Amino acid sequence: MGSKPRLTGYRRPDGSMGIRNHVIILPVDDLSNAAAEAVAKVVPGTLALPHAFGRLQFGEDLELTFRTLIGTGLNGNVAAVVVIGIEPKWTERVAAGIAKSGKPVASFSIEGKGDLQTIADAARVAQIFLQDSSEIQREEATAGDLIMSIKCGESDTTSGLGSCPTTSQAVDRWVAAGGTVFFGETSELTGGEHLIADRCIDDACRRAFQDTYDNYIKVIESTGANLLGSQPTQGNIAGGLTTIEEKALGNIAKTGSVPVIGVLKPAEAPDRKKQGLYFMDTSSAAAECVTLMAAAGAVIHLFPTGQGNVIGNPIEPVLKLTANKKTAATMKEHIDLDVSGLLRQEYNLTKAGDMMMEVIERTVNGRLCAAEALGHREYTFTKLYISA
Amino acid sequence: MAKVPDFLLHHDGDSVAVANDDLQPGTLQGLSVKEQTPHTAVLNHAIPLGHKFALKDHAEGEAIIKYGIKVGIASQPIKKGDYVHTHNMRSYRWEASRA
Repeated sequence: MGSKPRLTGYRRPDGSMGIRNHVIILPVDDLSNAAAEAVAKVVPGTLALPHAFGRLQFGEDLELTFRTLIGTGLNGNVAAVVVIGIEPKWTERVAAGIAKSGKPVASFSIEGKGDLQTIADAARVAQIFLQDSSEIQREEATAGDLIMSIKCGESDTTSGLGSCPTTSQAVDRWVAAGGTVFFGETSELTGGEHLIADRCIDDACRRAFQDTYDNYIKVIESTGANLLGSQPTQGNIAGGLTTIEEKALGNIAKTGSVPVIGVLKPAEAPDRKKQGLYFMDTSSAAAECVTLMAAAGAVIHLFPTGQGNVIGNPIEPVLKLTANKKTAATMKEHIDLDVSGLLRQEYNLTKAGDMMMEVIERTVNGRLCAAEALGHREYTFTKLYISA
Repeated sequence: MAKVPDFLLHHDGDSVAVANDDLQPGTLQGLSVKEQTPHTAVLNHAIPLGHKFALKDHAEGEAIIKYGIKVGIASQPIKKGDYVHTHNMRSYRWEASRA
């Protein structure tokens, strides 16, 4: 691939960029899913994002839900947002958070009006947003305009040998080209957390990372449980992974070799002027992790898999790669890049990296990935504790 | 190496290797990914693609090395060539995690 890839994207009023141009219908809470989905039916081409929470949350858990909702609206892959909530106050808070970007936003609350009137009012605005956004043209973009995220799933030993090192190539190249990349999966660093700590760019970053990791382990231990049976998953074990430490080293094999320049809270957007690799405190559950990363601004996701994960996200394309030849054959429709040839020594890691960059470039420029084509739109919130 | 390696190890010195296909017991040819060194090993059991076997004898409690790093310990003695998984290897970080 010698020359620099030519990338295009959609520029948003706040300067951010995306690779998709979605008009989303965003419910603030579970009660508003029905109205949001109805609007998306009346105005096909808009995208409803139903989810399970948003009522009677409080404290940091509520803040995270707001950050996730607002961040989803702010994502560069989103052109315009219709917000629908049961009551006006929280609905308005979400809409105002998104409107700061200068992006078209409208909000509707259901109380005192009912679903049917809300659907009619919201659909009229959704139609205008959809028609207006259809005129936005793609323009030249650089890696620095497009935030990438990475997270693996249904990993096996081929992940650590093939698909994760291939992802690493993309991470190093993206950062070298001026881009930003997020990785997370706090619990899945266990046994290799010292490797990440060693890569932190300074003491402040290292302390923030170590505190985040230690806190997560404390939370697990305070429940009196251990993660056996959950980490590694039954799928991981079927794929030959035996311990959390072994899994973690495969996980870390996808994070490139560049320094870690910052630590982010779940769904926290980085300083756009500081480009590089960030660690985000996330669950290792695929849909939760990708939802948080998209809410922090990631517009393209790389997802190495071993035994075959099928995850997608409504607004962030999730590209899947595998080095497991059985998975590449039996779950072909979910796999965007087969790098099993790397394990057969048919080509080297640099070549696998070239293949990855080609798929990334085509996806950035508009080619639908497998998860998009198959309608995988997992939008899953992280709950920090029970609701009131 | 013209032939597809039967097994791969991450680093020379790792105490376990990964099956690069569904393998039958016998003498196998392998490769270390980092150093690209050819390796030969005798496998004692049939194991599926992606599963591990021992490249050396491990006493109970001895470290199991992969990626050049300790990734677990032997929960019982493991002979060179034996299948290695949850029946004879466990996490050392999550002590209670005997599967």
